[in-house]
Amino acid sequence: MLLSGCDGKLVVFDPKGPAARDILDLINWSLVFMVVIFVFVIGLFVFVIWKYRARPDNDGYEPPEEHGSTKLEMIWTALPIVIVIALTIPTVKTVYGLEKPPAEYADKEPIVINVTSADWKWIFSYPEQGIETVNYVNIPAGTPVQFKLTSAGTMQSFWVPALGGQKYTMNKMETEMYLTADQPGEFLGRNTNFNGRGYADMEFTVEAKKPEDFEKWVKEVKDTAPKLTEKKYLSLLKPTHLGRETYVGTHLQWVDHGKMNSGTYTNPELYEVHGVKGKIFKDEESKDKSTNMDGMNMDENSDGGEQSGH
Amino acid sequence: MSANVNTALPLEYQTEQNRLNILGFWVFLGAEIILFGTLFAVYSVLNARFAGGPTPKDLFEIKDVMIETILLLTSSFTCGLAIYEMRRNNKNGLLLWLIITLLLGAGFVFMEVNEFIHYVHEGATMQTSAWLSSFFTLLGTHGLHVSMGIGWATMVIIQIFQRGLTPVTARKTFIIGLYWHFLDVVWIFIFTFVYLQGMVR
Amino acid sequence: MDINWHDLFIVGNPLILGSQIAILLSVIGIVALLTYLKRWKWLWREWLTTVDHKKIGIMYILAGVLMFFRGGVDGLMMKAQTSRPEMNFLDAQHYNEVFTTHGVIMILFAAMPLLIGIMNYVIPLQIGARDVAFPQLNALSFWLFFSGAMLFNISFVIGGSPDAGWAAYFPLAGKEFTPGIGNNYYAVAIQIAGIGTLISGINFIVTILKMRAKGMTLMKMPMFTWTSFIASVIIVSAFPIFTVALALMTLDRIFGTHFFTLSGGGMDMMWVNLFWLWGHPEVYIVVLPAFGMFSEVIATFSRKMLFGYKSMVFSVVGIALLSMLVWVHHFFTMGAGPAVNSVFSITTMMIAIPTGVKMFNWLFTMRKGRIEFSTAMLWALAFIPCFLIGGITGVMLAMSAADYQYHNTLFLVAHFHYTLIPGVVFAVFAGLYYWWPKMFGHMLNEKLGKIHFWLFTIGFNVTFMPMFFLGLDGAVRRSYTYSAESGFAPLFLVSAIGAVILALGFATFCYNIYWSARYADRNISNDPWNARTLEWATASPAPFYNFAKVPEVKTLDAFWYMKKHNEGLTLSDDEIKEIHMPSNSGLPFYMGIIFGITGFLLVFEWKLAALVAAVGIIIGLIIRSFDYNDGFHVTVDEIKETEKSWRSSDGKGVKNHVG
Repeated sequence: MLLSGCDGKLVVFDPKGPAARDILDLINWSLVFMVVIFVFVIGLFVFVIWKYRARPDNDGYEPPEEHGSTKLEMIWTALPIVIVIALTIPTVKTVYGLEKPPAEYADKEPIVINVTSADWKWIFSYPEQGIETVNYVNIPAGTPVQFKLTSAGTMQSFWVPALGGQKYTMNKMETEMYLTADQPGEFLGRNTNFNGRGYADMEFTVEAKKPEDFEKWVKEVKDTAPKLTEKKYLSLLKPTHLGRETYVGTHLQWVDHGKMNSGTYTNPELYEVHGVKGKIFKDEESKDKSTNMDGMNMDENSDGGEQSGH
Repeated sequence: MSANVNTALPLEYQTEQNRLNILGFWVFLGAEIILFGTLFAVYSVLNARFAGGPTPKDLFEIKDVMIETILLLTSSFTCGLAIYEMRRNNKNGLLLWLIITLLLGAGFVFMEVNEFIHYVHEGATMQTSAWLSSFFTLLGTHGLHVSMGIGWATMVIIQIFQRGLTPVTARKTFIIGLYWHFLDVVWIFIFTFVYLQGMVR
Repeated sequence: MDINWHDLFIVGNPLILGSQIAILLSVIGIVALLTYLKRWKWLWREWLTTVDHKKIGIMYILAGVLMFFRGGVDGLMMKAQTSRPEMNFLDAQHYNEVFTTHGVIMILFAAMPLLIGIMNYVIPLQIGARDVAFPQLNALSFWLFFSGAMLFNISFVIGGSPDAGWAAYFPLAGKEFTPGIGNNYYAVAIQIAGIGTLISGINFIVTILKMRAKGMTLMKMPMFTWTSFIASVIIVSAFPIFTVALALMTLDRIFGTHFFTLSGGGMDMMWVNLFWLWGHPEVYIVVLPAFGMFSEVIATFSRKMLFGYKSMVFSVVGIALLSMLVWVHHFFTMGAGPAVNSVFSITTMMIAIPTGVKMFNWLFTMRKGRIEFSTAMLWALAFIPCFLIGGITGVMLAMSAADYQYHNTLFLVAHFHYTLIPGVVFAVFAGLYYWWPKMFGHMLNEKLGKIHFWLFTIGFNVTFMPMFFLGLDGAVRRSYTYSAESGFAPLFLVSAIGAVILALGFATFCYNIYWSARYADRNISNDPWNARTLEWATASPAPFYNFAKVPEVKTLDAFWYMKKHNEGLTLSDDEIKEIHMPSNSGLPFYMGIIFGITGFLLVFEWKLAALVAAVGIIIGLIIRSFDYNDGFHVTVDEIKETEKSWRSSDGKGVKNHVG
C-alpha cells in the first residue's frame, strides 16, 4: 500500500515507455501478493503474541507439547508453492518479452545505437546516422531503439529507469536492450555498477524528440560537429569526466569493443591510488593486442587532473 | 577424547581420536575435491584463450607426460602395498613401500618441474595467456600438493622409525595414504582433461 | 616492487590520522594495563594458548563485537556523507574504501565470528561433548581468523584500504584499474581468515556427527545444532571455491596472470560467477545458525517444544541445497539470456518455500504457549516482521525481469540489510542475552537490554526503510554523493538519523556488557531461563570439562525431559570418573602470527620475504607433526570439588526465571 501510494513520484512507478511499463506491471502484480502475505503473517503474529503472552493470571499455565501438525505443515508448504508459480509465469513472460522489440511499436523499424561505456562517461554511436555523442543520447520518440552495449574497460550497467531496466556493459562482450520512449521528453540515465572514483557522476541524459526533430538534429550535427579522429577517440577513453560532446563519424570504424578479439584499450598508468600507479602485466614477446595502446601513450599527456587526487 | 582402545579394529581405527581424525580427513578431502573442481572449471573456461600465445599442441610433450603418469600411478599402487603391510603389522615392509612411494613421487615432481622449465624456455609463462595462467595454476596446485605430501610423509616415516607402529603412527600413515590416492585421482583428471583433450582439440 | 616505503602510512587525512593516533594510544594502553596488573602470564596461559572451545568461543565473540564496532563506524561514515546532497565529508576514494571495508568486515569479520563464537561455546555443551573433535585445530581456526581480521583492519592506516566493493568485481579490482595495495589486502587477508573458517567447518561436522551424548540421535539434536551442522556443511562445500577465487585474484594482482584481466584472454565474468558461487551460500552460512538460535529462544520462552521439528530440519536441508543453485540472481542484468534468468528466478523464489515453513513453525510454536518477553525473546519476536520484509522484497528481487529495475539500487541494499540484520544481528543479540549467563555466570541487565532492543530495532527500521523508496526512485548504491535536484535529500537524511539511533542502541549494548560484568548478580542458577537443552544441565559458567557425567538423552529437548521426570539431575560421588582433556598449546597462536606476517609481506608484494616467512609456516606444521602431547587427566577429587561448588547451592537464594 505504501509503495503504490507513491505511484506518481517514484521513477520506477512512472514508466515512460513499454519496457518500463511491462516491468511495472510485473512489480505491481508481485506487490499484490507481497501485501497479502505481509498482512496475513503480521496479523497472525500479532494475534499469537497478544493472545498467548504471559500474564499474572495464567501463571500456572503449562503449555501443551505439540510435535507439529502434518496437515498444517502441508498447507504452509503448498501455499508458497502456489504463490511461486503465480509469480513465475508472468516473470518468465516478461523476461522473454523484454528481449524483443516492443509489440506496441511492431510496425516501426528499430534504430540501432551502440553504447560504449568508459571511465567515466557514456559514448553513443549511431552507425546508421554516422554520428557519435558523449554523455547524452537523442532518440526519436515512438521508435524502438536497439541499444548494443559494451564497455571499453570496467564493467558498468546501463540504466534509464523511466524507459526500462538495466543491463551490464562489458568489455569484449556485447549485450542488447530495446528501449522506446512513448512521448518526447528528457530522461535521466546512469551507470549503476560501481566502477571506481568517478562512478557517482556517470550520468547521461536521454532526450526523446519528435521523429522530425530527431532528423533535424542529425542533419544539424552532420553540418556543424567536428569529425571524430582516432586520436580524439583514444583520448575519450582516458579516465576523465566530460561534458556533452558531439562528433561526426563513429569509432566503430576502428574498434568495436564488443568483439571478442578487439584490443585492450585501457590506460593503467592513468589510475593512481595512494601513490601507486596501475599497470598491466605484459609479456614482451606476447602478441597481445594491448600493444595498440603504445601509440597513444605518447600523445597528449594532459587530462590527468581527475586521477591524481588523494 | 578418551583413550579407550578397541583392539578388534584395524590399528588406525582403534582409538576414538583416531576415528575422529580419519573422518575429519575425509571431510577435508571433500573440500579438496571442491577446490580442484573449481580449478578444473576455471581451466575449462579458459582453455581456448591463447591470446596469440602458444597452444597445447605447440607445447605438450606427450612422452614426458606419460612417464609422469606412470610414476604417479605406480606410487599409488606402492602406497596401497604400504598400507597392506601396515595391516599385517609388518613395520619394515611398510617403511620399504612407503619410501618407494615417496621416491616415485619425487620423480614425478622432478619431471613436472623440468616440464615447466621447458615450457618457460619456450616462452610460455603464467603471464602469457589466460590458458597458460590456468594451466600452470591447476598443475602447480597439484604439484604443490604432491610436494607437501612428500614432506609430510617423510615426517611420518621418521616417527615410525622413532616409535614403531602404534595406533597414532598407523593413523598418520593411513591418512597419508588417503591423501596420496586422492592426488593420484586428481592427476588422472589432469591427464585426461588437460593433456589428452589438449592434444586432441 | 612498485610500493615505496614512504607510501606505507596513509597521510593527509584527518580522519585516518585520528584513527592512527587512537590505535597507537589503545595499544600502549593495553600493554601498560597488562603490565601494571601483571596479567601477561595469565593472558598467555588462559587465553592465547587455550584449546578450550568455550574460551575460544568467547574470544570469537569479543573479536566479533569489536569488528561490528569497526564496521558500524564505517556505516555511520557512509550515512554521514550521504545525509545531505553534495556533502564534502568524505571524498570519492575514501567513500569507496569505507563501503568496501564495511561490507567485508560486517560479513566476514563480524557476522562470521559472532556466529562461530556462539557455535563454539554452545554446540559441544548442547550435544553433551567434552570439547570439539579437534581442539587444537579449533584454536588454529580462531587465530587464523584473527590474523586475517587484523591484517584486513590495518589496511586503512598502512597502505590503503581495498576500494573495489566487497564483491571486488573484476576488471575493476585488477591491477589495471585499482593499482594500490588495498585489494591485495582483500585477497590475502580474507584468504587467511577463510582457511580458518574452512577448518572450523570440518571441525564442527566431525564434532556433531561423532561426539553426541549417548541416545542423541540425529533427529533428537537441538535445532541450533542442526542448523550449525548444515551451515558447516555449506562452509566445507562453498569456501574452497572462494579460496580458489582469492588465490587467482592474488596471482592476477601480484604475479601478473590473466584470469580476470581484460588483456591476455582473461575473463572478468568468471570472477563474478566464482564469487557468488561462494557468496550466496555464505549468506546461508550466517543465516542458518541464526535461525537455530531463534528456534531455541522461541521454544524456551514459549515454554513449548519447537513446532514441526521434522519439517524444520527438512527445510534447513532444503535451503542448503537451494543455496548452491541461485548464484546467478546476483547478476540477472549480465545478459545471460532469458532462459538462464528464468531458471535462476525459479530456484531463487523456491527458497521462499522452506523459509515460509520455518516462519509458520515459529508462529505455531508460540501459539498455545506462554510467551515471556525477555530481551532474548524480544529479539526473536522483532526478527519475524523485519525478516518478513526482507523475505518478500527478496522474492520481488528474485523475479528477474523486475530485478532489472531494482538491481544495484538502494532497494537492493535495503533488502539485504533487512535480511542480514534481523536474520543475523538480531539473532546474535538474542543468542548473547540468552546464553550470557551460561558463558559468564551472570545475566546481562534486562532493563538496559530492553533499551538496547528498542533503540536498535527502531533505528534499524528508520535507517533502512527509506532506502527501499530511494531505490525505486533511482538512487544507486555505492555512490558517494547525489545532486540536490535528485530529490533524494529528505529520505537520505531520515536514514542518517536512523543510523544514529541504531548506533545508540549498540552503545547501550556495550554499556550493558560493562554494567553487567561489574554489578550483575552472580548468584544465579545453572538454568535461569527454565530452558530445554543440555547446555543448561551443567554449571554456569560451564566447568572446563563441561559435564562431570554426560547425561543420557532420551528425547528431544533432553534437559526439559530430565527436569520433568527428575532424572539425571543429581550426581553421586561414585559416578564421577577421571576425565581426559587436551593440553594447551602455543602453536595455533604462533601459526596465526606467522600467517599474518607472511600475508603482510605478500600484500606489499615483497615476494621473496613472503617466501622466507612461509618457511615459518612449514616449521609450525613440522612441530605439530612431532607433537605427541596426549593431554591430561582431571582427577576425581578436582571434579568433585568443582561440582560441589555449584550443586550444593541449588535452591538457596538462587534466582530462576528472570525473564
